[in-house]
Amino acid sequence: MKKEEALSLYRKLVLIRQAEEKIRQEYLKDEMKTPVHLGIGAEGISVGVCHCLPAGSRTFGTYRNHALYLTVTGDVDGFFAELYGKLLGPGKGKAGSMHLSAPECGLMATSAVVGTTIPVAVGAALAEAYKGTSGTVVVFFGDGAMEEGVFWESLNFACLKHLRVLFVCEDNGLAIHAHAGGRRGFRSILEAVAAFDCYHAGGDGSDVPAVIRCTRRVLHRMSEQPKPAFLHFSYLRFLEHVGPKEDFDVGYRRRPSREESARLDPVLRFEKELLRIGCTLDDLEAVRTAVKEQVRHGVEAAQNAPFASPMELYTDVLA
Amino acid sequence: MKSLISFREALNLALVKEMESDPSVFVFGLDVDDHKSIFGSTDGLVEKFGGERCFGTPLSEDAMTGVALGAAMSGLRPIHVHIRADFILLAMNQIGNMMSNLRYMSGGKLTIPLVVRAVIGRGWGQSAQHSKSLHGVFAHFPGLKVVLPTTPQDGYSLLRSSIRDNNPVIFLEHRWLYDIVGDVDDERVVPLGQAAVLHEGDAMTLVCSSWMNVEALKAAKVLARRGLAVEVVDVRTVSPLDEQTIVGSVKKTRNCIVADYDWIFCGFGAELAALISQRCFGCLERPVERLGFAPVPCPTTRPLENLFYPSALTIIRAVERLFGLEEADLNGEPFYSYEQRFKGPF
Repeated sequence: MKKEEALSLYRKLVLIRQAEEKIRQEYLKDEMKTPVHLGIGAEGISVGVCHCLPAGSRTFGTYRNHALYLTVTGDVDGFFAELYGKLLGPGKGKAGSMHLSAPECGLMATSAVVGTTIPVAVGAALAEAYKGTSGTVVVFFGDGAMEEGVFWESLNFACLKHLRVLFVCEDNGLAIHAHAGGRRGFRSILEAVAAFDCYHAGGDGSDVPAVIRCTRRVLHRMSEQPKPAFLHFSYLRFLEHVGPKEDFDVGYRRRPSREESARLDPVLRFEKELLRIGCTLDDLEAVRTAVKEQVRHGVEAAQNAPFASPMELYTDVLA
Repeated sequence: MKSLISFREALNLALVKEMESDPSVFVFGLDVDDHKSIFGSTDGLVEKFGGERCFGTPLSEDAMTGVALGAAMSGLRPIHVHIRADFILLAMNQIGNMMSNLRYMSGGKLTIPLVVRAVIGRGWGQSAQHSKSLHGVFAHFPGLKVVLPTTPQDGYSLLRSSIRDNNPVIFLEHRWLYDIVGDVDDERVVPLGQAAVLHEGDAMTLVCSSWMNVEALKAAKVLARRGLAVEVVDVRTVSPLDEQTIVGSVKKTRNCIVADYDWIFCGFGAELAALISQRCFGCLERPVERLGFAPVPCPTTRPLENLFYPSALTIIRAVERLFGLEEADLNGEPFYSYEQRFKGPF
């Protein structure tokens, strides 16, 4: 990877991390009145996968969508405006954290109900086939979504129709607080998916270059012969399911060791990669400083921005 | 051009016209491409437009509804068809959590032009899982439109309007209507959100949905013989609702029976009765009466099924009761039954 490309990826990772760390700082002031599902530890998957997508690709996501939104849009001001419930947010404050979208940037929808955007993404891929266009559609979902019937219905239909849709499973091994072992009746996710007529691959979601290699490989195969692909990336959810805090001390999971944390933190891990390919500590610091200012500005602007007028309650229901 | 055609032919004609004029319109759903073609309504679409524009699906109502939504968000105009409305309950997540909300949550950026067609109502022992209407359930969600055509003309015109609408539309067709024949003018446009007066009268307004219009028209004929002129108002679309036509009729007749093709409790009939009671309070000679399904699951056996569904006879008896009239002797009066099919003309 070239330095310039790597630094642009780093900038995205840092932007997401700093934005979420800022939420953690500000959240308990109770000015952001929206449930936040923070993705600290998961940033590498959205950043890595989206880095590989051709222009014009469309994405769908979940309520844990901050990384996806910021990767795809880079829109810090809009992001914070939406979290503060302000008119200048992409959903005018009607969406909040769990339903961020930016159709103009290809981020079509995210959803607070597990698994619900999966068939919608398949429908978007069906539209590409119907129109004879070759746009790529990607849907991100957690491992819990694979227990929903709609996941299997969607995978089945996408495979049946050879649709160009990329299913990306972000596996943190937890559904809120329930461990995979208490939820899965199958031995392995990839093994279960392998029975379907699609490409499939997986890896460590904390390792951005690995995510990129894996994604590029399946996208290449999809372009040679259209078929869906399924990518499985594991990661550590560093924080509680919803909210700004850690929850390693409440008893349902153990705190990772320092070594594990360093290995499973996609930002720290990518910093090592940057230094390996010749970036300097100053290069990294320059990125962090620039992003810090961007985030500070976004929060301040959002705090000072107006709410929607009462009339906005009734707009946007029907076309 | 005007022609005398059946409700099924009217729906088919609407599909053909829209598919001819707009390549983004396509029809999909379980059984749309088989030899029975959803009571004949999708007949010939595969031959005319190809398997890409009319295709069957796996048994996956939930995902297929999401697929319709995703296609609609991508600039297409999907028509997703269910052979029974009951099966849509498997897809309520996509309807109630996604398609009704996404425009709002995107700040108005997403447009969702899609139609969900479904067959409702009584057949021959269809029982509890093949007979529901559910229009009140759908209409409860802001962000959806709900259409219940009764005449062949409305089947034709309202389906075309639904396909052209830029919102999700639930389009519910009573299975006994398919055989009904009526004049259809293929140029006639009927916008969503307009009720129709099917029969004029000044003694009592019958506000009806779907099949209840057929029953109400029969009741109107019988009641006319003893000098009672009842007005039959077909709501045609549940959401958006044409309050003006309904309220106008009740203000004229000062009496109202709501005959909804659904359960009464917490149903669309309750909405109509509340609307009329509020808007016509000073004009009403008596409280609004409500007719609908018996408050039980639909039974299979005919004697109980006959008690479950409201009918022309139920309406006649209700009118007599409200006006304090003696029950007319209706022995020998021919009423609609599955075996004695009413084929129109409407």
